Amino acid sequence: MKLLKWFLGFIFIAAFIYYNFFIYDGKLLFRLINISLFCSLFVLFRVIFGPTAADRIVAVDILGILIVGLLALLGLYYKQGFFMDVALIWALLSFVASLAFSKILEGRQLDD
Amino acid sequence: MIKETIGMIFIYIGIGFDFFGVLGLVRLPDVYNRLQAATKCVTFGSAGIMFGVFILNGFNSFGFKALLGIAFIFLTSPVAAHVIARAAHRSGVPLAKQTVVDDYAKDNDLKDL
Amino acid sequence: MKIEMKSRIVVFVLAYLVWLALTHIGDIQEVIAGFIISIVVALIAGKFFITTKKQKGTVRRIIAAVIYIFKFLWEMIKANFHVAYIVIHPMLPIKPGIVKIRTRLSKDSAITILTNSITLTPGTLTVDLNPDKKEIYVHCIDVISADVEENTRNIGNRFESILTEVFE
Repeated sequence: MKLLKWFLGFIFIAAFIYYNFFIYDGKLLFRLINISLFCSLFVLFRVIFGPTAADRIVAVDILGILIVGLLALLGLYYKQGFFMDVALIWALLSFVASLAFSKILEGRQLDD
Repeated sequence: MIKETIGMIFIYIGIGFDFFGVLGLVRLPDVYNRLQAATKCVTFGSAGIMFGVFILNGFNSFGFKALLGIAFIFLTSPVAAHVIARAAHRSGVPLAKQTVVDDYAKDNDLKDL
Repeated sequence: MKIEMKSRIVVFVLAYLVWLALTHIGDIQEVIAGFIISIVVALIAGKFFITTKKQKGTVRRIIAAVIYIFKFLWEMIKANFHVAYIVIHPMLPIKPGIVKIRTRLSKDSAITILTNSITLTPGTLTVDLNPDKKEIYVHCIDVISADVEENTRNIGNRFESILTEVFE
């Protein structure tokens, strides 16, 4: 059963990689951005189907760090510096958001 | 030319580890294991992407912002992981079936927040 | 009083340098705005940056810090390959558990860096610590033994000796 699930997942990922590198036609950087977006799809799976609230908080935290990398790639693609401003602010805000969420999960108030 | 090759290699490595970390977030059994895999790999992956961007751009304002982003990520993400793990344990999220020992629940009374 | 003043000045210089690096130099408006904002930041939050007196052996401590950074990067690369191996393996070879280790470090900043390093190195994640007894609770993905001393030797001692050299 476990092996079957592993094999299905492997086929899914292999199909995506085959599509991205052999069928999809675009620039190289845009293919890399596609892989990054594919990773965000997995994180969204954990956000939606996570069994507990802590799983969802972990997923949102990880999504924040992933998007920082994605914004760096976008800035490289469009050759615009202001994407890194957005990335820096996003990193700080997602950190503060994780702290606030976990404090609420722990049962304390925000000014404790 | 050499600069571009090295930068692209860093970006490839970063995206690969991002992917492994996210795969761990989906596959592993409970919150703590997911937090371990995801925090390590995604932090290293995003830092790798930013370092590649820094090498491709050099010491202008874009590149310096990428370096500052690496510093932010390395400082904040372990702290966030630690806080989330502590909150999850105190709010009573169960550990996975394969768990061997749990000294934290043994030593602390969980009602006493 | 003197330490507080020194701390404020260091924070002001650092904030102003970061501001100048992040904006386009040459615009007089941004230079003046950065100056004012750096003064405000130094007045509000400047006194937390340096809290201890100057210690001896600055050169030795800087060399130890550089060695620490390279060792940390190497451990981190190892950690990533470890996680990648576990994640790809079809049967998920894990044996998780929360164990307890002891630490000899006393300063807050040293303990913070130690716990951050533990989180980013192979198979371990800091959950909590109680500062009175100097014990850290660590979640391991592969528990070797339940003994406190052996876990201290395996997990903590990788960084503790070199951090002792850096901070004390």
